[in-house]
Amino acid sequence: MWKHSFNLLLCICLPALVLAQQKISGKVTDAKKRPLPGVNVYIKGSYDGATAGADGTFSFTTTTTGPQVLVASLMSFQTQEQAINITGPVQVTLMLKAAMNELKVVTISAGSIEASSDKNNTVLKPLDIVTTAGATADIVNALKTLPGTQQTNDREGLFVRGGTGYETQIFIDGLMVRNPFFTSLPDMPGRGRFSPFLFKGTTFSSGGYSAQYGQGLSSALVLESEDLPARSSYSLGASVLGVSGGLDELSKDKKGSFGIEADYTNLAPYFSIAKPKQEPTVGPEIIGTSLNFRRRTSSTGILKFYGYGNWSRMGFKKNSIEYPGYQEQTDVRNQNVYTNLTYKESLGSGWRMNAGFSYSSNIDKIKLDTIQKSPVTNVHARSDLSQLRLMLTKSLGAFSQLRLGGEYQYAVERSEFNSYRANYVDNYSAGFAESDIYFTPRFVGRFGGRLEYSTVLAKVNLAPRASLAYKLDDYSQFSLAYGDYYQKPEPQYLRFKQDLSYMKATHYIASFQRLSSNYTFRVEAFYKKYKDLVKTVPDTLTNGTGYAKGIELFWRDRKTIKNLDYWISYSFLDTKRNYLFYPYEVQPDFAAKHTASLVMKKYFPKITTNIGVTYSYASGRPYYNPNLPESKFMSEKTIDFNTLGLSASYLTTVGKAFTVFVISVTNVFDFKQVYGYRYSTDGLRREEIVPNAPRFLFVGMFMNFGIDRRQDVINNL
Amino acid sequence: MKHFLLLLLPVFAAVVTKAQSPQYQDAMTKQVGLLDVPASYTPQSMLDISNTFERIAAAEKNQWLPYYYAAYTQVMSALMTQDKDKIDGLADKAEANINKADSLKQNDDEIACIRSLIATSRIMVDPQSRGQQYGPESGMQIQKAKQINPENPRVYLLEGQALFYTPEQFGGDKAKAKEVLQVALQKYAAFKPASSIAPHWGEPHAKDLLQQAGK
Repeated sequence: MWKHSFNLLLCICLPALVLAQQKISGKVTDAKKRPLPGVNVYIKGSYDGATAGADGTFSFTTTTTGPQVLVASLMSFQTQEQAINITGPVQVTLMLKAAMNELKVVTISAGSIEASSDKNNTVLKPLDIVTTAGATADIVNALKTLPGTQQTNDREGLFVRGGTGYETQIFIDGLMVRNPFFTSLPDMPGRGRFSPFLFKGTTFSSGGYSAQYGQGLSSALVLESEDLPARSSYSLGASVLGVSGGLDELSKDKKGSFGIEADYTNLAPYFSIAKPKQEPTVGPEIIGTSLNFRRRTSSTGILKFYGYGNWSRMGFKKNSIEYPGYQEQTDVRNQNVYTNLTYKESLGSGWRMNAGFSYSSNIDKIKLDTIQKSPVTNVHARSDLSQLRLMLTKSLGAFSQLRLGGEYQYAVERSEFNSYRANYVDNYSAGFAESDIYFTPRFVGRFGGRLEYSTVLAKVNLAPRASLAYKLDDYSQFSLAYGDYYQKPEPQYLRFKQDLSYMKATHYIASFQRLSSNYTFRVEAFYKKYKDLVKTVPDTLTNGTGYAKGIELFWRDRKTIKNLDYWISYSFLDTKRNYLFYPYEVQPDFAAKHTASLVMKKYFPKITTNIGVTYSYASGRPYYNPNLPESKFMSEKTIDFNTLGLSASYLTTVGKAFTVFVISVTNVFDFKQVYGYRYSTDGLRREEIVPNAPRFLFVGMFMNFGIDRRQDVINNL
Repeated sequence: MKHFLLLLLPVFAAVVTKAQSPQYQDAMTKQVGLLDVPASYTPQSMLDISNTFERIAAAEKNQWLPYYYAAYTQVMSALMTQDKDKIDGLADKAEANINKADSLKQNDDEIACIRSLIATSRIMVDPQSRGQQYGPESGMQIQKAKQINPENPRVYLLEGQALFYTPEQFGGDKAKAKEVLQVALQKYAAFKPASSIAPHWGEPHAKDLLQQAGK
């Protein structure tokens, strides 16, 4: 009975107890004991709590009693829970640790410049890659404004840190692209074949890159294709170059899409008005088509197909340097098909899979003719490449990752020089393993290696790679990278001689980068050692040597002047090599000691017009003068290279279509550009190697129905 | 006897559950009331208010409104802040909260409106690069809200706001913005929130915009 009444008493008293309010107060700081304002401090499961003030202190009353859990949470900090016992007023000091978000976690950055739309903090946006006046919508041309690249505009490809164009390899969704450029004529480099707008991410690596990528001695350009479009759209374009049209259709269930694009380019009308240096005899004419298909197969899986087919023909005539009074004619017909099929899916328990297949074929038919002087030379070349790639990725803990993969390529190279044939087949296989290990969220190491075997060389190589990156604060980081890189000699040498070995480069890179949303600063120093380069004199052997070292700066500012975005890059390059017919190590004819670019874009909102300016400079390059003694080999240099490109685009609406009118001019001031000299065999005559069209004027109009893609067009110029 | 007790149990449970309600109602009324005060609309006080909504949400895991308001105040803070580096973090938080609200109340027009605002805030970080991705997303959510409830005045406020701030050459239209905002005001006049704590924000802002649009 007594016990009973006690219970009764308790029941009666309970509300009173509950209503008794206790004061909870204290202070919240970060790990360095600095006060944290704005922290949400509260008793778990109740409404009782408060927000910490500017000095980090908080105070509130609660009706809860006994053992409770005090929670403190703030954006970009780890939420903390602390047990307290409320019997009277409570005083607590809480310390919050910074949460590890994307900003705080270090990423490997030595040697690479990333452009991604997924992340906010990247050096460049995908649009920026092509936002360059004078780049004429060519990814490679735009990349030539970044540190580490050369203004080698008389040959195709991207020349990086003392490497040749062949030493840069291009990958789309992990699969290598053979012949990424239109077949070029002498002194006229071919443009890239693919539209920059198919890619959501671009990583340009000027060295020290991942073991995922092989067969590039100097550089890897890694392109990641877009997922599904936001909505369906149709586009039309017309310019001095030709016409284009496309459609991009999103399926009704929004899980799939397909796109078709076609374009026709004919420069003959333009060249009939603005005469180029060499007289056009055929075209230039290009028919381009592309097809893509994408399908989400599950919430985590996506299947993508991308392919293009291009047909081009062009021919030029010029006065022969070899036979004065005669003319030389070059005629090129090219067919190129590229297909790429990839499938990504999550396999559960932290594993992800990336599988890909690609087939490409390139046919060149070249006719060389010194009219009425020597018989016509016919060159036919055909390369076919099929490749398979599988990569598995496993997450290890919060940030660390393991990547394992394999690649197989089957290449058939055929060529016919008049009636002389030289064909070969190569089976190339590679395996790689690499791990990103986070010692702490601010300190990461990447260690891996790549094993390759090529049947044509019948040799194995093993390339170790390693990099380290340490984040000093939210914006700044230091990185180091080291790696061995191997590449097969060019098909033109392998065709005739196959007991060669892999060419080899070893990279050492140190870099510092400071990256905030409005400013970017980057400085990088590198040393690269070349071994086993191809030599052609006295005999074709892989025993050439060389080195490249230098320092590069990059500065970008998007804030100081309203609506103005600009960047400056500067590269210092000291390189020498002994390859091909070189008698000893000298600065090669494709490398300039100093290269600099300034890119500016300004938007004028009132007239909805964008103005872009790009200025590039390169110091003079050595050239080969056969009349000099061997001791003076490559000792003479061309004049410095200067170019200034300008573009303006006006945005408006025509009917229902968003429309952009564009005008752009390359080399506005008509700076004289000389890339080198070509000598006759007897050394008595020489000619300057100059751009075929030193200044180019582009006028065009682009219409888009549906999604607004005008930004694409502007940024294309 | 035993049966009798069992019978009582649900009644008792109901009383207990309901017992929370006045506290919930009180706290929510007070906080939602703060959102009717213009002075609350600064990036910092929006966050302070969002803290309280998050506290209520943590205690009342079955109510969608605290999550909804936490998301609303966070996205408003994101839209008002001068510090672009903070926007993505706030938008992420708002998105997490609106996803929870969504799981408690599917297919809701008010939730779609918040999603539209979140997309808009993400554009502000980098309009050139992000406009193409988040612009259509923002518009799509407005259309979705309109489909669910064409009487929701906030749908027209957001639509009018988008037309007002987008440059003409990009599809903006001040005259059309005015029309849509007038519709918004009519809808506000006719709108009866489901309860005193149901979403009802935006009318003063609509009037403001309309004035700027040149009445």
